Amino acid sequence: MSRIAGRFAELKAVGRKALIMFVTAGDPAPSLTVPLMHALAESGADILEIGVPFSDPMADGPVIQRASERALKHGVGLSDVLHSVSSFRKQNSKTPVVLMGYANPIEAMGVEKFVAAAKAAGVDGLIVVDYPPEECGPFVELCGKAGIDCIFLLAPTSTDARIIEVARVASGFVYYVSLRGVTGAGHIDSDEVLARLPKIRAATRLPVGVGFGIRDAESARRISRGADAVVIASRLIQELEAVPPAQAVECARAFVKPIREAMDA
Amino acid sequence: MQMYDLPDPRGHFGPYGGVFVAETLSHALDELRDAYARCRGNAAFMAEFHHELKHYVGRPSPVYHAKRWSELLGGAQIYLKREDLNHTGAHKINNTIGQALLARHMGKKRVIAETGAGMHGVASATVAARFGMQCVVYMGSEDIKRQAQNVYRMKLLGAEVVAVESGSKTLKDALNEAMRDWVTNVEDTFYILGTVAGPHPYPMMVRDFQSVIGEECKLQMPEMTGRQPDALIACVGGGSNAMGMFYPYIGDAKVRLIGVEAAGEGLASGKHAASLCAGRPGVLHGNRTYLLQDANGQITETHSVSAGLDYPGVGPEHAWLKDQGRAEYVAITDDEALQAFSDLCRYEGIIPALESAHAVAYAAKLAPSMPKAKTLLVNLSGRGDKDMQTVADRMGIKL
Repeated sequence: MSRIAGRFAELKAVGRKALIMFVTAGDPAPSLTVPLMHALAESGADILEIGVPFSDPMADGPVIQRASERALKHGVGLSDVLHSVSSFRKQNSKTPVVLMGYANPIEAMGVEKFVAAAKAAGVDGLIVVDYPPEECGPFVELCGKAGIDCIFLLAPTSTDARIIEVARVASGFVYYVSLRGVTGAGHIDSDEVLARLPKIRAATRLPVGVGFGIRDAESARRISRGADAVVIASRLIQELEAVPPAQAVECARAFVKPIREAMDA
Repeated sequence: MQMYDLPDPRGHFGPYGGVFVAETLSHALDELRDAYARCRGNAAFMAEFHHELKHYVGRPSPVYHAKRWSELLGGAQIYLKREDLNHTGAHKINNTIGQALLARHMGKKRVIAETGAGMHGVASATVAARFGMQCVVYMGSEDIKRQAQNVYRMKLLGAEVVAVESGSKTLKDALNEAMRDWVTNVEDTFYILGTVAGPHPYPMMVRDFQSVIGEECKLQMPEMTGRQPDALIACVGGGSNAMGMFYPYIGDAKVRLIGVEAAGEGLASGKHAASLCAGRPGVLHGNRTYLLQDANGQITETHSVSAGLDYPGVGPEHAWLKDQGRAEYVAITDDEALQAFSDLCRYEGIIPALESAHAVAYAAKLAPSMPKAKTLLVNLSGRGDKDMQTVADRMGIKL
């Protein structure tokens, strides 16, 4: 069983939902990535999602764009991200780590080389935003052989046929984008989101995570009633932007705790 | 070359093209692909498109024999396809008319566009005014500084111009921002993409709308010279004017196809925008194509004196034509383009856009090596009025 499947199984056994927390590698500083990962895991994140900086993050809103730009200014690339994961793994062998990024840095490294390096570093899952199922068959196969889950997005605009197509190739969990737009946009309508989930569940037995627009303990609690996981990204980045880098780790801990408590209440 | 029928149903030109987008855009692109497939085969739609091209754009655009300049160069005869004489002063309007008609057909009341030099933005604002649609144009804040006059033109035409502050603050970032708008407002919004790049169906659709250029050339050249030209020469940023001219000629192997990229300060300087000459394949803006990128796969900043060629990618069909050896791609520096710009002004009384001046410059390089009986057809894709400030600055003249 993959680390991601194992984590969802453990949570299910005790009736809890997964909290997935996102940070962009290299932001606010390269030296803080691994400490932030530990802080998030210790304060209640069940799965970590690490953003791989890219110069043209087309699906991301301004907050994650800024994080990406700061990381790029520090020269953080895909190989640095993999280093961070392997260094995190020296002390934490349980918390699943998912990388989220765009296709070009992966193709620049070479798909085979990347999958092998990700495996060696202890990466459990990948979200390649601009790799829809039709365009990445061989990549999914390589990841499958390496035991790395390929996580795909579903959107409010995804048709039934599309949901089935995505479910066919996805592993780990499926990531439902809770609103029309880019990451960090607006507020979500939890009832509308929850109403969409049965259709996805009919197409897949994988856990369903919901993200894009979950901003606080209350929205996380509401979404976690229906979803198997909630993903929080932009909101944490905004919190981190508001404090000096030296306080980032404490800030992350303080941000996650109430969300965890609300979800478990 | 075998009968040419690319792209495949999912938009691939060999390994290039495709639909590399987030799931959030998938449905919008499916809808667009289906709507375009219906309109492309619909005689009434195509008749309306050609009616607009004739009566609003002023087509067909003439082919002009640059006789005096050809004689001075002392070799092949140079002919110019005068896209600069179109309404709005460039080839861009051929495509925006087509897409605006499609938007209307799909019942979309709001159109958005990205722009670099501002020519596609102006052409989009123009058709939005013509068809009574709301128009928002995304433009990098660096480009807004370089092209103040076009910004004002767009505003006069009723468009809202949004300054893009992310990334390198140029065309590629404007394209990112337009995509983000589209994802958010997909219900009522149509994205008028300005070049043969982006996810399928854009590269095919923009090529189809622009191929009126090459179709006209195919009729005009035999009328003027008794045969087809020996070579076609067009500048390539994203590559829409070149693709529009080349496409009808792909099956005619006797005609050389030459795309001219921006070498900026020279390919060796690293300050250029020549993705085909100096880049390598990757994925950006929804398609796989040649890109200017660093070792980590980050897209690099480009440089060209002409804002319209300042793009780190290129249409995927050009990538395919390059690999197949059907088209040749070369690069012209800023200085060479400026020289050609001056020459065409002085010897033919035509002020070309700096983009088009790259194609003109390559023709001037090639012509002397060829016999006088040979013909080169250059796509003069736009007029140079918009470039007065840039050229004057380079010459140290204050306007």
